[in-house]
Amino acid sequence: MTNTLTMTVNGASVTRDVPANTLLVHFLRDSLRLTGTHVGCDTTQCGACTVHLDGSAVKSCTTLAMTCEGSDVTTIEGLASGDTLHPMQEAFRANHGLQCGFCTPGFVMSAIKIVERLGSGFDDTALREELEGNICRCTGYHNIMKSIRAGAEAMTSKQKTSPDNGAE
Amino acid sequence: MYSFEYHRAETVEETLKLGSVLEDARFLAGGQSLIPMMKLRFAKADNIIDLRDLDELRGIEVAHDIVSIGAMARHAEVAASPKVQSAIPALAGLAGGIGDPMVRARGTMGGSIANADPAACYPAACLALGATINTTGGDIEADDFFQGVFETALGEGALVTGAEFPVPDAAAYKKFRHPASRFALAGIFVARFGDLVRVGVTGAGRQGAYRWIEAEDALTENFAVNALDGLHADPSQMNSDIHGDEPYRAHLVEVMTRRAVLNASAHCGDE
Repeated sequence: MTNTLTMTVNGASVTRDVPANTLLVHFLRDSLRLTGTHVGCDTTQCGACTVHLDGSAVKSCTTLAMTCEGSDVTTIEGLASGDTLHPMQEAFRANHGLQCGFCTPGFVMSAIKIVERLGSGFDDTALREELEGNICRCTGYHNIMKSIRAGAEAMTSKQKTSPDNGAE
Repeated sequence: MYSFEYHRAETVEETLKLGSVLEDARFLAGGQSLIPMMKLRFAKADNIIDLRDLDELRGIEVAHDIVSIGAMARHAEVAASPKVQSAIPALAGLAGGIGDPMVRARGTMGGSIANADPAACYPAACLALGATINTTGGDIEADDFFQGVFETALGEGALVTGAEFPVPDAAAYKKFRHPASRFALAGIFVARFGDLVRVGVTGAGRQGAYRWIEAEDALTENFAVNALDGLHADPSQMNSDIHGDEPYRAHLVEVMTRRAVLNASAHCGDE
C-alpha cells in the first residue's frame, strides 16, 4: 500500500506516492531523480548517502522517507547557487579532495555541518573524529581534510562579511 | 526490506493504543538499529509505529542529583547538553562517542536501551550508574531491565519513556571500539558514589551488558588502578566472534576498566 508523502527538498515542496518501506535515499534518487546522493555500503557505514534533514546531517539510507513527512531536506544538488558552487564544494574542487567522486557528496554534506558545529578552529584529531561516518576509498583522506579546512575558512569568512551566503 | 504499513501518533497514549490494535507492530525511534536490521531482513514487522512526534519524550532535566533523559532524546542532544555535561560528563561523552555524527543525529537513548544490543554503550552506563528505566509499564531498575542479548524486561507492547541516572561523585566511560563498526568490543563504565563503586561492561559479555562484581568489590575497597592487580575477567563469560575471541575480550575488559578508573580518579578533584 502506498502513502502520499510531502516534504521540502532543496527549497521546493514535493509530493509523491511511495510504499511505506521506501528509504529517504530511494525517495530522493528514484522518485525525485536527485541522483547526487549515493548508495555506497547500504549498511549505515560509508556516509555516501548523507543529506541534511531539518538542519542535521543524516544517513538517508537509514531513514524512512515517511519519517521525513513535512521535513526540510537538502541534498548535494541544493548547495550551489546557479553556477556558483557552495564554498565547501569549491574547496573540494580546488584542493583535489576527490578522485573517483563517489563518496564526495556525502563528505561535502557532512563537512558543512561540521563547520556549522565547530567553526573553522578545529584540529586534525577533531576533524578525523567528525569524519567517522564517511568512508573514502581513493584519497587517503589527506586532501579531504585539506579541503574541509579550506572550506571552513571560506564558509566562516563569508559568514562574517555577509550572513546570507555560505549557509543554506 | 519487507513491506509494512506505516503509522504514527501525536501522544504516548495514542501510540500505545495503535500498538495494541495493530498486528505484529514495532515501534520506530531513531531507526539507527531497527532500519539496518530490517534492511538485512533480520527484523520484520507488519506495522511500524513511528515515535517521531512524541515531543513529551524529548526532555533532559537535572534535579536532586538525578539526570532524567527522555527516551526520544537523540545521542547528539545528550552529548551537547550542558546539563548532562556538567552533571555526568562521562554520560555526555558516552553519547558523543556512539557511532558517528550522522548516527548520533538520529539515534535515541530510548531506542538504544530498549534494543539492548550487546555492544551498545548506554546499557553500561545504566548498569554502572544504577539507572531507573521509565517505561509505560512502570519503572524498572537497570539491574533487572537488561536480561541478555537483545533481551529486556520491557513488557509486551510497552514503551521506554526515559531513564533516570543518579549523579555519581566520579565516573568515566572507556570504550575499545571495533575499528569498522565503532561498536564496543569492550566498553567499561565506572561510577563511584561515595565509597561504593559500580562497573558496567558492554560489548564483551556473552550475555550482553553486565556488572563486573569482583572489580566493584575491589574498587569499593580501594578506588585505585592497583586495586585491580591480579583480578581477571572470566573468559568463559565472554563473547567470541571473528573480531575477538574470549581471552582477547577478557583482556580488553581488564585493560579498559583500569583506564576508566584512572580517568575517573583524575576527574575527582573537578567534581
